Amino acid sequence: MRISLTVNGKPVSGEVEPRTLLVEFLRNQLGLTGTHVGCDTSQCGCCVVHVDGESVKSCTMLAVQADGCSVTTIEGLAKDGELHPLQRAFNEHHGLQCGFCTPGMIMSAADLLQRNPDPTEHEVREWLEGNLCRCTGYHNIVKAILAAAQSMRAMAKAAE
Amino acid sequence: MYAFEYFRPTTLAEAAQLLASNPEAKLLAGGQTYIPTLKQRLAKPSAVIDLGRIAELRGIHEEAGGLTIGAMTRHAEVASSPLVKRVIPALAALAEGIGDPQVRNRGTLGGSIANNDPAADYPAAVLGLGATVRTSKGRAIAADDFFTGMFETALEPDEIVTAVHFPKPEKAAYAKFPNPASRYAIVGVFVAKTASGVRVAVTGAAPCVFRATAIEQALEQVWSEASIDGVTIDPTNLNSDIHAQADYRAHLVKVMAKRALRAAG
Ligand SMILES: Cc1cc2nc3c(=O)[nH]c(=O)nc-3n(C[C@H](O)[C@H](O)[C@H](O)COP(=O)(O)OP(=O)(O)OC[C@H]3O[C@@H](n4cnc5c(N)ncnc54)[C@H](O)[C@@H]3O)c2cc1C
Ligand code: FES
Ligand code: FES
Repeated sequence: MRISLTVNGKPVSGEVEPRTLLVEFLRNQLGLTGTHVGCDTSQCGCCVVHVDGESVKSCTMLAVQADGCSVTTIEGLAKDGELHPLQRAFNEHHGLQCGFCTPGMIMSAADLLQRNPDPTEHEVREWLEGNLCRCTGYHNIVKAILAAAQSMRAMAKAAE
Repeated sequence: MYAFEYFRPTTLAEAAQLLASNPEAKLLAGGQTYIPTLKQRLAKPSAVIDLGRIAELRGIHEEAGGLTIGAMTRHAEVASSPLVKRVIPALAALAEGIGDPQVRNRGTLGGSIANNDPAADYPAAVLGLGATVRTSKGRAIAADDFFTGMFETALEPDEIVTAVHFPKPEKAAYAKFPNPASRYAIVGVFVAKTASGVRVAVTGAAPCVFRATAIEQALEQVWSEASIDGVTIDPTNLNSDIHAQADYRAHLVKVMAKRALRAAG
């Protein structure tokens, strides 16, 4: 089947089998290998991307289901060579060790911050229910997300 | 995953026709249960009929004082809906507790009840509130007749859930003891005081959601936590697995019922 969608702001199209997962299309056909696959039970969240602005597990969606949609992956977060505040905060606050879970963590957190720009620590931890990290113990991930939230609020205020 | 044909109808009539003419076809809603099943090669459908683009299956509206929710309405929409929070807040709270945010952004009401996982949350609300399941065959199935066994429902193979109507209760709440990894219910109890009496539905504890009639009778007499203390839950037909033994589940039924009662007020 032929599908056409927008990925990181650019129109793309491709030929896929109905059973092709969205994550397989992104990684194998578009070469966007920032989106990871960490499990086959839909539990780890390494594969989180945004589809029409909402975070979803790209391993639990068929590519054909994203036909006509707008998809954002970790590669689409930086703007004009500037890292996204979440990417910067993960770097500054040591929010990663091996980095395998990081793209999913950041895409999931970006969805949280667009819904709730000022989350409490508890809200951040609850939101990360679907993102597993085998290295960090989550502490610095939570710290990074709270710091990014703060800097994004400051940026929004400065832009007013 | 085995190969399959893919259909994406835009009307319910078209979906029903496709399902009727392809006996080996399966419906795809949010995919949060069915895609993992396909990935593990536990299913081999000839075709997958995606309900995702059928607008008439989606949405929440007020009807006869209660709520009617389309089958393809996602858990996240129910959780954040101001209308649900106003009319049946217990339902919004239940939806907010399903899985994780990404599962809630895709998973649907219709998919959850059609699947009837023994540990799923929505069946407890549908049974606890005495809701009615509407289908593509024009049937309105009472919750008491809908959930027939483990992963079994009253749906015919070529029947599609279109919506669920929930009457407004006087009071209601849901409490669950979640599996810490998946958030599925080890035991979940939905308690409601309705126009037709007290209803208490239990999920997670047995092969299929059921009504705890002993607790219902006790609460019918006195709506208080103390009433629940006097009830005995028989563990004989409850589940024992790596997560919990049957007698522990029986104990949790009472604890969760009390927590739900406290939340209902
Ligand atoms: C990591 C994870 C955690 C989860 N945690 C929980 C939890 O805590 N509590 C909980 O309740 N659930 C949980 N779930 C399951 C989730 O709620 C699913 O979304 C739900 O069980 C199925 O809904 P779906 O829309 O995804 O259906 P699908 O997976 O698309 O379909 C499920 C089944 O229902 C059939 N079907 C779908 N729609 C209809 C319809 N309208 N009419 C007739 N048949 C239909 C399909 O053919 C299929 O057999 C979890 C899932 C995951 C992956
Ligand atoms: S790869 Fe683990 S949830 Fe998608
Ligand atoms: S940094 Fe290694 S899994 Fe999270």
